[in-house]
Amino acid sequence: MPLEVHIEKTLAEFALDVAFQAEDEPLGILGPSGAGKTMLLRCIAGLEHPNRGRIALGGRILLDTGRGIRVPARKRRIGMLFQHYGLFPHRSVRDNVGFSLRQLPAAQRDRRLRLMLEQMHAAELEPRYPRQLSGGEQQRVALARALASDPEALLLDEPLSALDAHLRSQMEAQLQETFSSYRGPVLLVTHNFEEAYRLGAQLLVLSRGRIAAFGPREETFRRPPSVEVARLTGCKNISQARMVAENTIEAVQWGCRLRIAQRLAGPVGHVGIRAHHLDFADPAGGTEEQNVFACWLVRSSETPFRISLYLRLHRPPEQSGAYELQAEVFKEKWERFRHLPQPWRVKLSPEFLFVMPESGSMESA
Amino acid sequence: MAQPTDWSPIWISMEASVTATIITLVFGLAAAFWRERHNGVTMALFDGACLLPLVLPPTVVGFFLLLLFGRNGPLGRLLGRIGASVVFSRPATVITAAVVAFPLMYLTSRAALEQVDSRFLEAARTLGASEWRVFREIALPLAWPGVLAGTILSFARALGEFGATLMLAGDIPGKTATIPIAIYFAVEADDMRSAVAWCAVDVVISLALLGGLYYWTQAQGPARWARR
Repeated sequence: MPLEVHIEKTLAEFALDVAFQAEDEPLGILGPSGAGKTMLLRCIAGLEHPNRGRIALGGRILLDTGRGIRVPARKRRIGMLFQHYGLFPHRSVRDNVGFSLRQLPAAQRDRRLRLMLEQMHAAELEPRYPRQLSGGEQQRVALARALASDPEALLLDEPLSALDAHLRSQMEAQLQETFSSYRGPVLLVTHNFEEAYRLGAQLLVLSRGRIAAFGPREETFRRPPSVEVARLTGCKNISQARMVAENTIEAVQWGCRLRIAQRLAGPVGHVGIRAHHLDFADPAGGTEEQNVFACWLVRSSETPFRISLYLRLHRPPEQSGAYELQAEVFKEKWERFRHLPQPWRVKLSPEFLFVMPESGSMESA
Repeated sequence: MAQPTDWSPIWISMEASVTATIITLVFGLAAAFWRERHNGVTMALFDGACLLPLVLPPTVVGFFLLLLFGRNGPLGRLLGRIGASVVFSRPATVITAAVVAFPLMYLTSRAALEQVDSRFLEAARTLGASEWRVFREIALPLAWPGVLAGTILSFARALGEFGATLMLAGDIPGKTATIPIAIYFAVEADDMRSAVAWCAVDVVISLALLGGLYYWTQAQGPARWARR
């Protein structure tokens, strides 16, 4: 059951203007805070009114400003999971989950209520009140409540942001389980690109109210269509670039010429490479090797299993601490070359380099 | 000297205040909930109209009501057609009490409803609830302490109403003379004993009411939503 969305709405600082179609699979909506992600969900749910637009779910038209159709939120049959869950504090878990089931006969209502809670592994919470629940429990109850109404589409607004790291991975597994059995479009808003990738088969990147990228997640991460999308999907290394030959570009900030594997179409604006794709070549190797450059370590920062290396290209570091590239390597690998004399030799493999068109030419593309 | 055995002002006052409080509760809440969901310049006008009886002197309110319900007033004529008249009647004591108490109910209810996190109302809507159900099952229970405060204020205001009541309902003993009016005319007639007696009655009624409501709110308060 596809969900077609076309929305135009004037906001305080920019206009939300999006058009896309979501199929029966999870769609991650990624964007910085204030990009209009939540507003987009609220418009689809019928809690906000776009200036113009059309929303259709399956065969049902939920909004068509041209024809003066605006189905109220309560008749849209769209389940929404709010950022802080919005469980009714004065109602027990039982009454919260059963809120949408009032029309059913008592026995049937009880059955459905139990089923929903069991699916969320929350059966034992039934008599409690929201105040007596932990963040993860509230989340599960809220999800059970949204699903109990048998919605034809499911919208989730930052479902994991209120949880601590440990619960987050648990809830992520819970969400994946729910999504796999749910029939209907699922839209999941997040500002965390890893979360978006793990939970959404499709990815929509929103920036200042506009769609910056939309497609399968692998594609968006491998070849971000713009600098903005590259940054939002976690790319640390971006340089302005110029085309030199058919398969060669010049990276301006990095001060080097690079071979690329991608076929160039149209003017080149920027080139990027992800931090974990940077490789360190054999220090004894020849200088004629492709895309290999001398580099010096400026500083490093450790995480439990990996290390981020900030590198200066072509010359030793200066007082300013300026660096050109950020590499990320596993500590085991780092141990192998950390004591080798500098300069090291960093490799920007052609297959990992991606070029982005000039931002001006994106609009027409 | 007034008849010391004439307790009618108590019943007249109680009837007028209780009825007026119920009326303001219903209309004040409805207006507040409706207003909560609308914004705009015309809404400022609506607010003004709702709050006017609070800022105008009661005699002015009474005078307007007299114009409205008088024999040649728009509502007076309408009622005249079915052979009814409000001026100097028992219903007039209810009408004036309700009109002067309404702004307090409206203001406090609105403040209380504004405090209710809109996410709860929105969640209810996405779960298929009608606006009536959203109001009755979500907004009202969550705003209840504030609404109750508004009810107390309204009742107190209705019980103490004097000026507008005198204008519209008059001071017919046994019919429209409420406790404040009885006090005023007792003092005017130099009947201090009656005046003091009525004042004492007013104090007792007010204290009993506040005490009763206090216990009720304690029993009804958020405590029952199970603290952690």
